[in-house]
Amino acid sequence: MSYPDGSPGWLITRHAEAKELLTHKSFSARQEGIISPVPTELQYDGRPADPGAFAKTDDPIHSQYRKLVTGFFTVRRTRQLAPMIERIVHEQLDDLEKAGPGADLVEVFTESVPSRVMCEMIGVPESERKTLQRHVETLGRLSCTVPEALAAVSGMSGFLSRFVPARMDDPRDDLLGDLIRGGQLNEQELMGMAATLITGAFDTTGNMLAMGVFTLLEHPDQLAKLREDPELMAGAVEELLRFLTISHLGASRWALEDVEFAGQAIKKGEVVTVALPAVNRDPERYNNPDQLDIGRTDHGHLALGHGVHQCLGQHLARTILRVGYEALFDRFPTLRLTVPGDEIPMRDDFVHYGPRSLPVTWDD
Amino acid sequence: MRITADREVCCSAGQCALIAPDLFDQSDEDGSVVLLEAQPDAGRLDTLREVVSRCPTGAIRIEEDPGA
Repeated sequence: MSYPDGSPGWLITRHAEAKELLTHKSFSARQEGIISPVPTELQYDGRPADPGAFAKTDDPIHSQYRKLVTGFFTVRRTRQLAPMIERIVHEQLDDLEKAGPGADLVEVFTESVPSRVMCEMIGVPESERKTLQRHVETLGRLSCTVPEALAAVSGMSGFLSRFVPARMDDPRDDLLGDLIRGGQLNEQELMGMAATLITGAFDTTGNMLAMGVFTLLEHPDQLAKLREDPELMAGAVEELLRFLTISHLGASRWALEDVEFAGQAIKKGEVVTVALPAVNRDPERYNNPDQLDIGRTDHGHLALGHGVHQCLGQHLARTILRVGYEALFDRFPTLRLTVPGDEIPMRDDFVHYGPRSLPVTWDD
Repeated sequence: MRITADREVCCSAGQCALIAPDLFDQSDEDGSVVLLEAQPDAGRLDTLREVVSRCPTGAIRIEEDPGA
């Protein structure tokens, strides 16, 4: 395929090849060589990632940074956050109840829950959250212009350059405080790390929460099964991650050298994009891949990536999604869309796919 | 059957602890793999194969008994 700038690129649509690429030593995730597979004004123009922004670096730098925070995101630690997440979820559902019957679920619920959780984890004041959320959203919009992006980046870094030094003087008992007390990161690196956690957590889980609700409402048989047997929830979350694959533009890597991959000669510098939605519905890998089946036991999807860059916050996201879906359908058993599903406005011009708004109502 | 888990290769993604929490845990310090049971029952082979297939860095390996 051809990338928007005219350079040759490659698209992977098979599950097995996607896994191989994402663990292949000849391919780099470094920001310097990545090109967007879809038209956007925002290109990286060869600059390396900011210090601490480890997602766009390779090992060993990547793992040096990442290991400093992985202890906070284990299966066990993120499950221990459930009471805090439940509190936030129920506060947002209280707001939903007050707003209705009839409200936009994105505005009142799905957008706020993950951002509040991450802000609480790193100690960002509530008063800053919505502004940060707007910056993250701007940077994830494919039609974002360079001036808009510069304004969002400067808004983000403006906040971080006040927030991080203040916390360095007065570290709290939270994730950022632990990083500061660890003494391994300087101010710039702490800012890069905080930016990575904020951008990684806000939009991703929010869209997944919203898309999951939308999808379950559109698949009443699956929702009924889930209500009947709450034990199905963990599997349902995995199946929704696979079926929806909200990181719909995939994951890209570039070749560090001339390499033969999947029978193709790929030249040094050429970019390979894994079409995650296609990979997660690869008929060679899944039975009835286009069918949502919350009872599916064969998970192993790549919605959260694969290889050393596999999503750091994945278990936090799982806990938020589980708690979020459970509490919402429990408190609003008659929840329904107020317009037909095909009239829901979609964020098809964003890096992460989801509904722009989700008009719902319920019986009082 | 014997399992090996390479903490150097591990990226702390926690697939093993998610799929088989009775066999794997993650360290509190950096989330890297902690093997709880190195020689599990042969009946766990299918689960272990899933763990191996989903480990994003190939840190988990199974050595099957010869002839088993």
